[in-house]
Amino acid sequence: MKLRINAFWLCAIAIVAGGLVLTEVLHNDYYFNALYVILQGTLMAVAWNILGGFTGYVNFGSAGFFAVGAYTSIFLDKYFGHTLPLPVLIAAAAAVCALIGLGVGYLSLRLKGVYFSIATLAMAIVFATLISNWRYMGGARGAYILTPDTFLWFHSYIQMLFMVILLLTLGAVAISRSLNSSRLGRGLAAIRDDEVAAECAGVPTLRLKLISTTLMGALMGVAGAPYPFFVTFVDPASAFSLFVAVNAIAMPMIGGTSHWIGPVIGALLLGSMQQVITVTVSSELNVLLVGVMLVGFVTLAPQGIVGLVQKYWRKRAQ
Amino acid sequence: MSAPVLSVRNLTKRFGGFVALQNVDVHVNAGERFGLIGPNGSGKTTLINCISGALFNDEGTITFEGRDITRMPAHQRARLGVARSFQIPKPFRSMSVLENLRVPLEYAAWSRAEHRRITDEAMNVLEQIGLKERAHENSAGLTQVDMRKLELARALAAKPRLLVSDEAMAGLSSSEVDEILEILLALNRRGVAVIMIEHIMRAVMRFSERIVVLDAGQKIAEGVPAEIVRNPHVERAYLGE
Repeated sequence: MKLRINAFWLCAIAIVAGGLVLTEVLHNDYYFNALYVILQGTLMAVAWNILGGFTGYVNFGSAGFFAVGAYTSIFLDKYFGHTLPLPVLIAAAAAVCALIGLGVGYLSLRLKGVYFSIATLAMAIVFATLISNWRYMGGARGAYILTPDTFLWFHSYIQMLFMVILLLTLGAVAISRSLNSSRLGRGLAAIRDDEVAAECAGVPTLRLKLISTTLMGALMGVAGAPYPFFVTFVDPASAFSLFVAVNAIAMPMIGGTSHWIGPVIGALLLGSMQQVITVTVSSELNVLLVGVMLVGFVTLAPQGIVGLVQKYWRKRAQ
Repeated sequence: MSAPVLSVRNLTKRFGGFVALQNVDVHVNAGERFGLIGPNGSGKTTLINCISGALFNDEGTITFEGRDITRMPAHQRARLGVARSFQIPKPFRSMSVLENLRVPLEYAAWSRAEHRRITDEAMNVLEQIGLKERAHENSAGLTQVDMRKLELARALAAKPRLLVSDEAMAGLSSSEVDEILEILLALNRRGVAVIMIEHIMRAVMRFSERIVVLDAGQKIAEGVPAEIVRNPHVERAYLGE
């Protein structure tokens, strides 16, 4: 066990070092843009999986959390006259979205299965409507964000943003991984498998569901907070886009939802394919790709890539 | 006679206009083997749902080891020492048999378990139940009888002082019934009070020290097995006039 912990952290350090090397070696900003999008997808997939994969509550409202995170940044940045540093904005977005997550957790008291999913989707639409009518936030026309002209020792702002999202994503993966094999994670899995039996085995199901939704919300908010600085223009249609929510579901589904590595694999695979296709074929085709892959995996390999690998290992062991 | 581990007083449970249980009084003594029988729809499962906390009763009180647990959520009752098995097995399907047992050990019995030896404790329970060689198999792939054993094993891993066994033997062959019965008897010898709900009369009569009979939500008889079989009310409830 100790060896595995070290291996994980060694990998994480290697990835951070690799990222730093990239910022020195690569001078084309496009690569950092592409990597940013892939990492943002990974962060959201990992966040979605804590509730959707580990706890079994399918959330269709990911875009809502993501957008609220982004708009929290926009609001605070505007209100304090572009003085707040990015880490503060990220922490604030995490706190706001954690609160919303807590609220969603109470929904799970009365709503299960598909009804819960619909409620989360409705929640995202409510937030989208609110923002669309809030003039201070740019309303339906959207809001422009000025990219700060300081970027530490990096060569460009996007390079710094890339390192920020890389660290955030690694942090989320570390949280998800420690959750996966912990007592708390087993409690969540028990809820997913059978909530009544979990309760009778002493699992405080409500409290655990609240922890799960709150954590999911916070991480989604974290993913959304740097987004305005990445795109420099945010409007409700793009921030609350259903495509954001679908991606957050498709990535863990493709990778496998029961293991922490599943959403990471799915996000890296789907995210990079989307980037490649956007550049080489067309930006419309990558939407189709998500649909086709999702349908393919759900019908042929419902346990995702992780499930396929586990099956293969079991066969070899016999 | 020892003090009751569980007392149910004047318990009434309604579903809308339907009265599922009416003024039911039941007590179970510490370490007792207690049988609960009655025709289909008589309210047996509703009663144990109220005892385990899956449902809340409308009237009446439930006390466990002197504590009022009437409004206590199910997971807290499990922590106090009330465990149950389900009529239709509800294994944690994504987990191995061993992991299934970790859940009650890490939650219901957390205050009583040795945190560093959870796996050993789970293995001990599996050995008692006779599932040790299945420990690392996926729980969803078990046979019916093993699934029932897993239900009991999981209840046992919660280190209960009262175990409610809800039709653990329904649909099993005669030799399998004996196997489950042996498990319950062995458990009881270790001081756990057992409420057995069963339609298999041979098993209930052999197992129980005392039996309560429910019919249409009311207690119609109580006594030792020999009295119960001769009770005219019970005969009428089961066979009609």
